[in-house]
Amino acid sequence: MRSCYGLICGCGALWDVVSALPLQPRAVNVDLQTDATLQVDISDALSERDKVKFTVHTKSTLPNFKQNEFSVVRQHEEFIWLHDSFVENEEYAGYIIPPAPPRPDFDASREKLQKLGEGEGSMTKEEFTKMKQELEAEYLAIFKKTVAMHEVFLCRVAAHPVLRKDLNFHVFLEYNQDLSVRGKNKKEKLEDFFKNVVKSADGVLVAGVKDVDDFFEHEKTFLLEYHNRVKDASAKSDRMIRSHKNAADDINRIASSLYTLGTQDSTDLCKFFLKVSELFEKTRKIESRVAADEDLKLADLLKYYLRESQAAKDLLYRRSRALVDYENANKALDKARAKNRDVLQAETSQQLCCHKFEKISESAKQELIDFKTRRVAAFRKNLVELAELELKHAKVTMT
Amino acid sequence: NKVELPPPPECVCVKLSGPASLPAEDISTNSNGPKQDSLFDDDPEDLFAEATEEVSLDSPERDVLLSDGPSPAITPITPPCSLITPHIDMFTHCSFDEIEEEEGGDSFDMHISVSDPEKVGDGMNAYMAYKVSTKTSMSLFRSQDFSVKRRFSDFLGLHSKLASKYLHIGYIVPPAPEKSIVGMTKVKVGKEDQSSNEFVEKRRSALERYLMRTVKHPTLLKDPDVLQFLESSELPRAVSTQALSSAGILRMVNKAAEAVNKMTIKMNESDAWFEEKQQHFDNLDLQLRKLHASVESLVCHRRELSVNTALFAKSAAMLGNSEDHTALSRALSQLAEVEEKIDQLHQDQANADFYCFSELLGDYVRLITAVKGVFDHRMKTWQKWQDGQILLQKKREAEAKLQFNNKPEKLQQAKDEMRELEGKVQQGERDFELISKTIRKEVSRFEKERVKDFKTIIIKYLESLVQTQQKVKNIIIIIFSISY
Repeated sequence: MRSCYGLICGCGALWDVVSALPLQPRAVNVDLQTDATLQVDISDALSERDKVKFTVHTKSTLPNFKQNEFSVVRQHEEFIWLHDSFVENEEYAGYIIPPAPPRPDFDASREKLQKLGEGEGSMTKEEFTKMKQELEAEYLAIFKKTVAMHEVFLCRVAAHPVLRKDLNFHVFLEYNQDLSVRGKNKKEKLEDFFKNVVKSADGVLVAGVKDVDDFFEHEKTFLLEYHNRVKDASAKSDRMIRSHKNAADDINRIASSLYTLGTQDSTDLCKFFLKVSELFEKTRKIESRVAADEDLKLADLLKYYLRESQAAKDLLYRRSRALVDYENANKALDKARAKNRDVLQAETSQQLCCHKFEKISESAKQELIDFKTRRVAAFRKNLVELAELELKHAKVTMT
Repeated sequence: NKVELPPPPECVCVKLSGPASLPAEDISTNSNGPKQDSLFDDDPEDLFAEATEEVSLDSPERDVLLSDGPSPAITPITPPCSLITPHIDMFTHCSFDEIEEEEGGDSFDMHISVSDPEKVGDGMNAYMAYKVSTKTSMSLFRSQDFSVKRRFSDFLGLHSKLASKYLHIGYIVPPAPEKSIVGMTKVKVGKEDQSSNEFVEKRRSALERYLMRTVKHPTLLKDPDVLQFLESSELPRAVSTQALSSAGILRMVNKAAEAVNKMTIKMNESDAWFEEKQQHFDNLDLQLRKLHASVESLVCHRRELSVNTALFAKSAAMLGNSEDHTALSRALSQLAEVEEKIDQLHQDQANADFYCFSELLGDYVRLITAVKGVFDHRMKTWQKWQDGQILLQKKREAEAKLQFNNKPEKLQQAKDEMRELEGKVQQGERDFELISKTIRKEVSRFEKERVKDFKTIIIKYLESLVQTQQKVKNIIIIIFSISY
């Protein structure tokens, strides 16, 4: 049951309650099998001054939940907490952890809104209302996007055979009090930073180790290359879309100038101007829609797969780490056997490492294959949709 | 699916409903364009159909567009059937047969083209020489077809001579293209790249438009300086146009002084026409400047867009290369190709936008400045007249006083002075009347030209837009097919 968003933003008197649109199902980037045992979605969302509150709605037939259908309100930080708990859990080392949703970022939009408010005196009433409408549409688009990202994260977790059973996940879904998850304070952020540095250094070391298994070796090279290229493509597509938006803005201004010229002109030209102004207005709508569609289908897709390929890389890293540990444990065991000291301890640790490594390898293989399938499906779906949309727009432009 | 041309219309209201059945005449200069296909059966017709209806309204503008006798079809107004290709210089198919019909002018047939820019000289003394070719059948000229070589400062010199002769009596002298130190330096230094080629092309077309505007003006056309410029092979170097010369500095000082003066003159406008026109031009100035800025910005962003699209295309191609799955990889690389084609299109459209619209807007922004200058001159003339009157008044009072005091010699002197002054005042009044009359005529002519120019440009732009969109549509169909 989908309902509407309410947008209440406390940014000064300019924003009224922007009533919203029904949420469209948007599991675009992932190919999910939703089965009845656990269905998660975000049914509603509220945007306040600097945070967004998501209403997470669950429908489940699993026995461990008290009810069959329930909702809780969550904020972005709680999603991040959930994601981090997965990452830090050793048990899940062998799985691709679904990437965390990006932070809702309305800063750019807010800035533009402020600038508009300041410049209110210098433009005509129509221009002002037009620009305000555009800004509101932009705000709405960003809002919808961030909701979708969060939803996709939850759906991926729910669809994963192992992760869906996670206790933290269930708490996240069910516990209707505030999880009192505070954002990381400065010290923790610094710790994180150092951890990342160490990890990347380690990653470089570990990457140098050639893998015995061909499948993984191939995957490693592939993923590395793929990740870089997706990053590049994502950045370039962002720039392209921004240029598109700029051009659309210009066309908007031209349309309103022509309109003013048309209304002021007393010669035959006036009707000409008005007609051309209309034409430009139409063009603008189309161009901005094209830009928005490209944004949706292409850029979002690329960004998502950027994050996922990073997660896949992380998986490989963990596996390589486990492999190195295993090999180290083997060497330690040999040394211990040679010295005939702490043999049992070395043996157990070696067995642990071996076990861990094999477990990771097994699940990693499956995960990576799934990843590829998902990726191909998602790209195909999005490219087709993109083409359809562009064709539709071209048809509209022609008429 | 051929669409044929309308017969040269006497009335410009051509109804464009459905595929018009028209005789396929060879309409002179425009016959080298491609016949458009049934593309134009779509809605663009509606847009233009209405446009033609407007022109057929009973307005003075309509008379201007009629042609005497057989003339090239008034193709600017019948675009869907037009054979206008985007590259034809727009002046070749504007009808030249009418100018100042009120004066019963004889048929005006003149075509000037500026071409073949070539670099003469080396280093910082180098300059671009342009070939100015004139084709005419008017009796004013010694021959029918001739050409000369001119450089940019020659054009500026012509303009300054005309301005000094005509501006202060109320004629709107078209302004010359602007100097650009940066652009010229690049050319001088010999950089043969895209931007300097563009600069030369931009300047060339600006010079051509400038000359055409100047000769379209009936009074200016007969001016000996103009004739000399067009005909004589050697022209004395116009040194005073150099930016850093003493004349240049003098000009700047004069301009500043004038600006100050303008602010102090408070004119009692007795003629509502002038007041209205003044405001009209002020408004127009504002709007055109804004529009010009937006159009330039659009051109800039379109260029940016095409660059970014190209980059993205390359990136997508690389992505396609690294993708394992063959079908997806193929799809991605095709996407890249398509994006590149779109990029090319965007680039083309940016160029189209640039030349058509933006240049015209720039021209008109400068033209309106000239018009405002003419209005200012009128104010100055008025001021002079008023000053003379005030002086006369004072002298009258002085004379009365003298009479009262009975000083015969001074009285005679005063009477002489007064007679002189009266003459001056009458002359001032006549001057003012004359300049007012001239301005009225000039402004009405200017407005007609403006309407014509804008219409032509807009139609040309829309046509090129339609063509581009058609190409884009074709390409999008390709995207569609590859994704299956």
